[in-house]
Amino acid sequence: MEGAWIALALTLKVAAWATALNLVLGVAVGLAMARARFPGRELLDAVLTLPMVMPPTVLGYYLLVLIGTHSPLGAWLLEHLGIRLIFTWQGAVVAAMVVSFPLVFKAARAAFETVDPQLEDAARTLGMHEPAVFFRVTLPLAWRGILAGLLLSFARSLGEFGATLMVAGSIPGRTQTLSIAVYEAVQAGHDDAANFLVAVTSIVCIAVLLSAGRLLPGRVVARE
Amino acid sequence: MIWNVELRRELVHGRSRFAIDASFASDAERLVLHGPSGAGKTQTLKMIAGIARPDRGRVVVAGRTLYDSAARVCVSPQERRLGYVFQDYALFPHLTVRQNIAFGLRSGWRNPAPSIVAPAVDRWIAAFQLAPVAEHRPHQLSGGQRQRTALARALVNEPTALLLDEPFAALDNALAARLRGELKELQESLRIPLLLITHDDDDLRVLAHEVVHLHGGRVAASARVEEPA
Repeated sequence: MEGAWIALALTLKVAAWATALNLVLGVAVGLAMARARFPGRELLDAVLTLPMVMPPTVLGYYLLVLIGTHSPLGAWLLEHLGIRLIFTWQGAVVAAMVVSFPLVFKAARAAFETVDPQLEDAARTLGMHEPAVFFRVTLPLAWRGILAGLLLSFARSLGEFGATLMVAGSIPGRTQTLSIAVYEAVQAGHDDAANFLVAVTSIVCIAVLLSAGRLLPGRVVARE
Repeated sequence: MIWNVELRRELVHGRSRFAIDASFASDAERLVLHGPSGAGKTQTLKMIAGIARPDRGRVVVAGRTLYDSAARVCVSPQERRLGYVFQDYALFPHLTVRQNIAFGLRSGWRNPAPSIVAPAVDRWIAAFQLAPVAEHRPHQLSGGQRQRTALARALVNEPTALLLDEPFAALDNALAARLRGELKELQESLRIPLLLITHDDDDLRVLAHEVVHLHGGRVAASARVEEPA
């Protein structure tokens, strides 16, 4: 059973990092996509949404090609920053982040698009410069939608399997997350361990979804 | 001249084009820009406030050049110090009446606390009889209270002029008549230059010192109105 707690702790750590990184990246990209007007915007939106529909193993393969130690990016990271992403928990973070990124980015874009631009103009005529407009008007009116997306992203990261296995492998105590531990336990015929892991995973996922569901209805109305 | 406005802008929307070419100069303390809907009134007002960008032209309000394409002057909306009352008031739905009114007092990244106390805020809450609803959110207010909150929010910053976009259009006739009178008294006591756009003839009758008629994006006529005795 101790292995299960280690796997749970690792899973929570990976999901928390992936969600935190998506908070910054997804909100920035979502805001840019909601506001900027440029040709090919919808094509870019589709490309950014791709991780949601592509098989995770395909994503994992792309990541291996992109950040593996033989790739230019992977070699650069190892040489200059000492970061190795293959077969490490940091690699699992990258895999979970890429897979769950569309959930945050889509939610953030939709949330920003519901904010009435006239409210931002009103803030400007009242003397507020752009950062103040964003933190005092735009973000407070969009945060519920963004938070719901973040919780879904966290839940998706908890259950990540395919891409994580491809990039980080299944090293017990180091990269073996809950969903991978379940697979290994079943393969090895350890039914007790599998039952326990499955129960823990289910409870954590239900808790996350319940809190996400509470945030969606009764949103603050952006338009009067 | 209090108002010296010369604005050109071509708006392209799909295949349709609309050109605004509005020029007027006036010394009227209460100037009314009048015209049917779709005449380009709101766009003109937004360009004066700096929240819409003209192609070229000049905007001088109360002796201060806010925009001059020839001299490459374009003061940001933040620095223009013009109070703007939006047609649907654009009150911040996540803030209380008190927070809305206090919004412009501080320029930091955080909104004023719900309990903020400031002389200017309390003055306008009292003047507009908003004390009973000061802790309410905009969606809980009546139409007249919303309008007064929007006006108070604009006045707290002590703007050099007030711009109002159809301020009575969302209200029923009786209430509109009363608030029109209040606005006139307010302007007379503050002596703040006021530019109001409307398609309502009652606004002209009660408020206008001078009227500029806008039609199809152009100034059709301009007339000085005699102050009723």
